Amino acid sequence: MKKTTKNNLITFGGTLILCVVLGILMQAGKLNSMTMGLMVTIGIYIIASTSLNLTVGVLGELSLGHAGFMCIGAFSSATVSQILINNAGAPNWLAFTLAILFGALMAAIFGFLIGIPVMRLRGDYLAIVTLGFGEILKSLFNNIYITSDKNGLHFGFTNPPKNIDTATKLEILRGPKGTSAPDLTNFWVVAAVLLICLIILMTFIDSKSGRACMAVRDNYIAAQSVGINVTKFRLMAFTLSAAIAGAAGALYMHSLANMLPKKFDYNMSILILVYVVLGGLGSLRGSIIATIVLYAIPGLLRGINQEIVNYRMLIYAIILICLMLWKNAPVFINMREKIKAKFKNKKNEAADLTSGGAEA
Amino acid sequence: MSELKKNTAEVQGEKEAAKKQAVGSSEKSNATMLEVRELSIQFGGLRAVDGLNLKIKKHQLYGLIGPNGAGKTTVFNMLTGVYKPTTGAIFLDGVNITGKSPVEINKSGIARTFQNIRLFKEMSVLDNVKVGMQNSTKYTTIEGILRLPRYFKEEKLMTERAVELLKVFELNGEKNALSANLPYGKQRKLEIARALATNPKLLLLDEPAAGMNPNETEELMNTIRFVRDKFDMTILLIEHDMKLVSGICEELTVLNFGQELAQGETSAVLNDPKVITAYLGD
Amino acid sequence: MSFISNLLNGISLGSIYALIALGYTMVYGIAKMLNFAHGDIIMVGGYAAFITMTANWCPLWLSMVITVTVCTVLGVVIEKVAYKPLRSSPPLAVLITAIGVSYLLQNIALLTQTANPKTFTSIAAGAPPFLQVFSGKGAVFFQTNPYTEEGLKPSLTISMETFLAIVVSVAIMVALTLFINKTKAGRAMMACSEDRGAAQLMGINVNGTISLTFAIGSALAAVAAVLMCSAYPQISPYTGSMPGIKAFVAAVFGGIGSIPGAMIGGVLLGVIEILSKFYISSQLSDAIVFMVLIVVLIVRPTGIMGKKISEKV
Repeated sequence: MKKTTKNNLITFGGTLILCVVLGILMQAGKLNSMTMGLMVTIGIYIIASTSLNLTVGVLGELSLGHAGFMCIGAFSSATVSQILINNAGAPNWLAFTLAILFGALMAAIFGFLIGIPVMRLRGDYLAIVTLGFGEILKSLFNNIYITSDKNGLHFGFTNPPKNIDTATKLEILRGPKGTSAPDLTNFWVVAAVLLICLIILMTFIDSKSGRACMAVRDNYIAAQSVGINVTKFRLMAFTLSAAIAGAAGALYMHSLANMLPKKFDYNMSILILVYVVLGGLGSLRGSIIATIVLYAIPGLLRGINQEIVNYRMLIYAIILICLMLWKNAPVFINMREKIKAKFKNKKNEAADLTSGGAEA
Repeated sequence: MSELKKNTAEVQGEKEAAKKQAVGSSEKSNATMLEVRELSIQFGGLRAVDGLNLKIKKHQLYGLIGPNGAGKTTVFNMLTGVYKPTTGAIFLDGVNITGKSPVEINKSGIARTFQNIRLFKEMSVLDNVKVGMQNSTKYTTIEGILRLPRYFKEEKLMTERAVELLKVFELNGEKNALSANLPYGKQRKLEIARALATNPKLLLLDEPAAGMNPNETEELMNTIRFVRDKFDMTILLIEHDMKLVSGICEELTVLNFGQELAQGETSAVLNDPKVITAYLGD
Repeated sequence: MSFISNLLNGISLGSIYALIALGYTMVYGIAKMLNFAHGDIIMVGGYAAFITMTANWCPLWLSMVITVTVCTVLGVVIEKVAYKPLRSSPPLAVLITAIGVSYLLQNIALLTQTANPKTFTSIAAGAPPFLQVFSGKGAVFFQTNPYTEEGLKPSLTISMETFLAIVVSVAIMVALTLFINKTKAGRAMMACSEDRGAAQLMGINVNGTISLTFAIGSALAAVAAVLMCSAYPQISPYTGSMPGIKAFVAAVFGGIGSIPGAMIGGVLLGVIEILSKFYISSQLSDAIVFMVLIVVLIVRPTGIMGKKISEKV
């Protein structure tokens, strides 16, 4: 079997087993509600970090606006689910499925539209522009108001719409005051979406399109020289990454009682980026493990020692810097190679001794 | 004919068939593969290439030589669309490709290697070659994500073809290694393999022997000849190693300060007093 | 009158952005990296000023000296420890490291100073406004309202902080321009930003020059910190990040690597921000600032004064 396929099966199988085990424990009533809530949030962050890994690890471009796409997914899905449930009387499962899909679709559309100018840039410029777009998207939802009444939907920008029939009034999006979507996200939904997203990411990366993205990352001039349309594949990966982030945002929105647009800020993007980098660029398994470890450990430690929890961000920052230095600084690269060579020599010596003995 | 050729024909479809037909009809005739007319490029006040004319016949091994800074790589960059020529025209197999993008030019049949090796470093040797087959593969991204039958069929075919190509360059043993971990000489060979994977009509090699020792160069000369014969390829190469140039090139163009200094059969050009002066000084 | 007042406030904010943008642009020009932690150096400067100014033993001038010293040393140390080892590494690694440094500084501040914003006492506290205009009476400079008894209120007030920000920034920019064009160290900086390898061959101490660049950039950030915290009298661990990012936008706007570009870009961005806050929507002013960045990068990616750089094949 191909190495990539084997790797993917291990990652996917591991995640599946973890989901099933946790699900059984949950059904058996062995988990308290706090742990269950934690699991839902971790699952959502895993979806977000694996999708960001597509942009950062596979495409090799730093996106600092990932939370912005989650923001679109969150608020557009909340609009759909509330309208479907309250105004159209749709059953919850149908409304939620459509809402998640709509959230992903809206994020994909925005990802594509934003990608057109952004993907012409590279490196630092691209990073800062994605940051800018993330902030713009956040301010956009800080200013959008949607209210429904018996006369239909009313939209407002920067101010709530006026002349609403108060008896049938229902506020769907309330600008900076946030949105209260129905509480529909549970463990099973998150697990299902997570597994589907993993499959999509894995099959995309292990196909000619994924290879094209990696080729562009490694050397875009050479990629062009073998006929790869650089912009097309960059745009494709960026859009896919945005769509999955949108799904994560939709799940997040429906897991909280009230969600403020300002929650999806730069700091959230950076937090997701930290999971991706510490898990290993390009490694979906790494992103999953890093998200679980970095998100769950502080939660579990909280019971033992509050002090440690306060220091967690500081520790992440230090690990982040040290990891980058360790992996990329010539000093450390040489050091690593020397250590490797030493081990190899020892192994060879041992092998020589045994083979020498056999010959004799 | 090897399995490789068979697979190539299957995947490549029309393009390959048309090419074969053309080759068949003109069987090593004097048909022109590349024609360059009055090609010039200006960078600010500098005319890096000035009024270059080239005519390369099908199946020919053609050399572009000249002192450092003569504008050789700039010619390659114009031929492959990296730079847009200021004036002049380029015809590939009778088709005008002047001013097209690198991607379009590769699709119309020019592939190249680079002076400073440009591999996809974080990808395996096999994947480097498979990236080159991107455009001869028909399955769509959606088919890839949904793993529809065509994905499996074409991926299998691609891998087989890539392995065949790697065997030609004796790289098959390292097909799963990261390309960055290959020794220098093998990296150069992998670049040629990747270029060939795009099914070009014309192969451009930018200093293929740079950094190689005499034995490796000797081996490379055999490989280049082999590639030309096996794939019925037309090859244009830039090289400083005179042993390689005089050993394999049938015709040469010598550039000096962006202008053509001499053109013609290799032995005649290399004995031209003008060329000797340009290389050795007065 | 309100337009003039907004315009001046915009220029004042813009000159602070310009000071920060100079740090970005100089570092980008020479080290070819986006120093994401630059904004957080401002935050550290703000706290240094806050702590020393609230201490009884410390006179204002000493507090300023300490602030500038702290930032300068911090900038140089960050460069030596985190960036220098990565000078030949892929840009992504350098960018992530810079984000790590920014994150680190913010979290140190969070742990030592808590997340609660602190009220900063302006360095011009107690001083009269720079200018007051009274309808019918004319303008008054550097005075408290002389017409209080008559119950007359000024129709236009330019605060001392606004005035100081503009004057100090202009003075620093003039000094910096002279330094770069007239001194040996300044010319070494220009040489390094043109071609680092060639500069080294010419006997220029490249490492020293890069350190000097970080030192100057961070010192400017310290000045910007004091001016900004005086005009907007609050400080928190996140104080630096938004102005830092906006100043980067200003640097891109003006053309990254260009010193006059950073000045023009900074001032323009400040004016755009204040005017859009006042005339469009205060909620949307940040979004508008980023829209400027995006439009600039689409229409003219090299900025107003920038040069085109393309990779050699």
